Amino acid sequence: MISGIYYPDSGEILVNGEEVSITSPKDAFNYRIGMIHQHFKLVDVFTATENIILGLKDGPEGYDVKKAAQKIREISEQYGFDIDPDKKIYEMSVSEKQTVEIIKVLYRGADILMLDEPTAVLTPQETRKLFAVLRRMKQDGKAVVIITHKLHEVLDISDKVAVLRKGEYIGTVNTAGTNETQLTEMMVGQKVVLNIDRTEPVNPEPRLIVAHLNCMNREGIKVLDDVTFTANSGEILGIAGIAGSGQRELLETIAGLQPMVTGGVQYIVPETGEIEFLRDKTPLQIRELGIRLSFVPEDRLGMGLVATMGTTDNMLLRSYKKGKGLFLNKKEPKELAEKIIKELQVVTPGVNTPVRRLSGGNVQKVLVGREIAAAPRVLMAAYPVRGLDINSSYTIYNLLNKQKEMGVAVIFVGEDLDVLLELCDRIMVIGSGTVTGVVDARTATKEEIGLLMTKEVRTDEQ
Amino acid sequence: MNSKTHKDPLFHISRKDPPVWWKRFGIRIIAVILALVLAGIVTLLLTKLNPIDVYLTMIDGAVGTKRRVWALIQKTAMLLIIAVAITPAFRMRFWNIGAEGQVLIGGFATAVVMLKLGGKVPTPVLFIIMVVSAIAAGAVWGFIPAFFKAKSNTNETLFTLMMNYVAIQLIGYFVLEWSVPKGSGQIGIINQKTQEGWIPSVGGNAYLVNVIVVAAITIAIAIYLNRTKHGYEIAVVGDSQNTARYIGIDVKKVIIRTMLLSGAICGIAGFLLVSGQDHTITKDTAGGNGFTAIMVAWLAKFNPLWMILTAFIICFLQKGAGEIATMFNLNLAFADIITGIIIFFIVGSEFFIDYKIVFRKSGKEVAA
Repeated sequence: MISGIYYPDSGEILVNGEEVSITSPKDAFNYRIGMIHQHFKLVDVFTATENIILGLKDGPEGYDVKKAAQKIREISEQYGFDIDPDKKIYEMSVSEKQTVEIIKVLYRGADILMLDEPTAVLTPQETRKLFAVLRRMKQDGKAVVIITHKLHEVLDISDKVAVLRKGEYIGTVNTAGTNETQLTEMMVGQKVVLNIDRTEPVNPEPRLIVAHLNCMNREGIKVLDDVTFTANSGEILGIAGIAGSGQRELLETIAGLQPMVTGGVQYIVPETGEIEFLRDKTPLQIRELGIRLSFVPEDRLGMGLVATMGTTDNMLLRSYKKGKGLFLNKKEPKELAEKIIKELQVVTPGVNTPVRRLSGGNVQKVLVGREIAAAPRVLMAAYPVRGLDINSSYTIYNLLNKQKEMGVAVIFVGEDLDVLLELCDRIMVIGSGTVTGVVDARTATKEEIGLLMTKEVRTDEQ
Repeated sequence: MNSKTHKDPLFHISRKDPPVWWKRFGIRIIAVILALVLAGIVTLLLTKLNPIDVYLTMIDGAVGTKRRVWALIQKTAMLLIIAVAITPAFRMRFWNIGAEGQVLIGGFATAVVMLKLGGKVPTPVLFIIMVVSAIAAGAVWGFIPAFFKAKSNTNETLFTLMMNYVAIQLIGYFVLEWSVPKGSGQIGIINQKTQEGWIPSVGGNAYLVNVIVVAAITIAIAIYLNRTKHGYEIAVVGDSQNTARYIGIDVKKVIIRTMLLSGAICGIAGFLLVSGQDHTITKDTAGGNGFTAIMVAWLAKFNPLWMILTAFIICFLQKGAGEIATMFNLNLAFADIITGIIIFFIVGSEFFIDYKIVFRKSGKEVAA
């Protein structure tokens, strides 16, 4: 809204004590407000400079690329960016792209910078670099607004914190005078005990063996390169890596949604110790083998659930084929839906309200609830807490832990390294489609994992 | 830059939760009333006729006599069956605009059997062959675009549209080839003397069998879509193919199976039009109903039972407007204006069901 994309129904915006009316991103620029979005808005085939001056025909340099590049170098030096103005966007890593976005708003002379979840795509090392730059901007007299869900980042970088809950302003506190517990309380609205009980794995034994997996995406680019690992029963295996390093493809390949070029996935039947080969099997064939493989995909409404259907009909997804005959049996799914709503405290007007209309946390509870109800032997979850409030996040963590205690092999793809270190038993790190290391989550440090995340030279980034 | 150079937008539009049924119904009724008022004013201004007289004539034209009532019922039934036929595909978000061609080809197959086998095989056998070939022809016309959609993700809208022209030209060719008398460009009434392959009148009503068949198919499809596993698969594929794959639904199979069904019912519609109504085949046998049916289905939100109502409204308007055109010596374009205004309001009222307009409160009211 402040950057001009939305318009307020009521209320006003003050810039430097003056009431302003911002009806377009252009207006926002005129008030020296710059927004760095979570999803970059850059033209891939242009260079950094071309992207930065795009749409600035009235600027002092106009479209003079050389002068602009010079100015970009000056800005980079001033704040300590590391950027080549002539590099094309498609050759850049994610953090370089972000740098371009930040320079873009600085180039336009922004005094107020707003960053939406800037660290989601960065390693801890890159995050630290970004924060150093932001601190320099602060010294330079610029106002920086950073939107994030990672509390330790808030405490690390900010001076003041404004807490919002469901679109409502809760309050502002000085960072120096607050701590994680207080912020959490403000976010959730009640006192919460946030800890993850990590138990020792009981009788871990190999359940899922992935060997030398190679996989290409639709454009024919290699996304998984010789991935080999074992997931044990009664254990949570974390998967860490920069967003888009092949995590999604890995889980989808195991679930039978993506073809593999070479390699194999073996499932070891717990009762008999027999091996089932999952290669080239569809999700349906895997289920027909009696393998209870549950999967909470990253795209909840677009893949895990049917957005326009109610909770009951979404329960049907897993069970609609059950029973003979042409007709659907909605009785059991309805009971299951009611059970999940009750046990996981899903807030919904009813079992038939389209899940699209539920909040993110409730959508996820419906999805995870259904996947767990299938009594899985292997449970894969991709970013299961993304976009969820803290309370819901911990509900999910506890559910995963409970599954682990029941002997399920849990595979957890996460982005918050603090959580991964607290929740998982082992953490596998992947960087651009290869496994760069497996560490013990009880002893590893964030720095160690961060180094592993960027260990391989990233050439085919996105 | 000064804030005064910018006008604050007065309002914005946002989605809202669907209102309760009586509110939805009320909004639609208000829309119809407003449409009638506006259409009345337009009539008055353009023709100086009393709008009330015009509306009464309209009603008379649609349901004034027993014959007209039956004609209206038959027209509604034919539009309804095509709307019902395309619904499985549309629920799957497969934009099948090829109903026109699927109906035509089904009708064509029926006509060919009537022409070539009429009188040569026993009547029951003749009917079986007619129905089977109509279904097969419609199904093939539905299968071809579905197959290519499933295999190479071709654009089904263009593909089904093109298939219409193929059907039209094919019929154009054979109508010329088989025209009676030779060279007249018309096949004429098939088996006029023997009435071989004509759906018989029951109790003096030529269209009763048609209506019963359409009613049965409508109910069957309503059950198929809402109560069966196939119907569920169609809904899942329609919402998200990724979810369908995730859960192990064979998306390609569902697309092809659904379009076979869709085409087959269109084929039956063609059979009913030729065997039960026209007793001939021309390029206009489907009469644009393949396209009007899309509107009928959409207005009913793809619920086959509601389509009975929407198909009836559309046919009522068409019949009634046609009557005013003749009665008051106006041309058919005027009838289209009246129909257009009313349909525009009905369609437009959906906006007020799904969206709301939020007016901006003055910034001053909210104390800073």
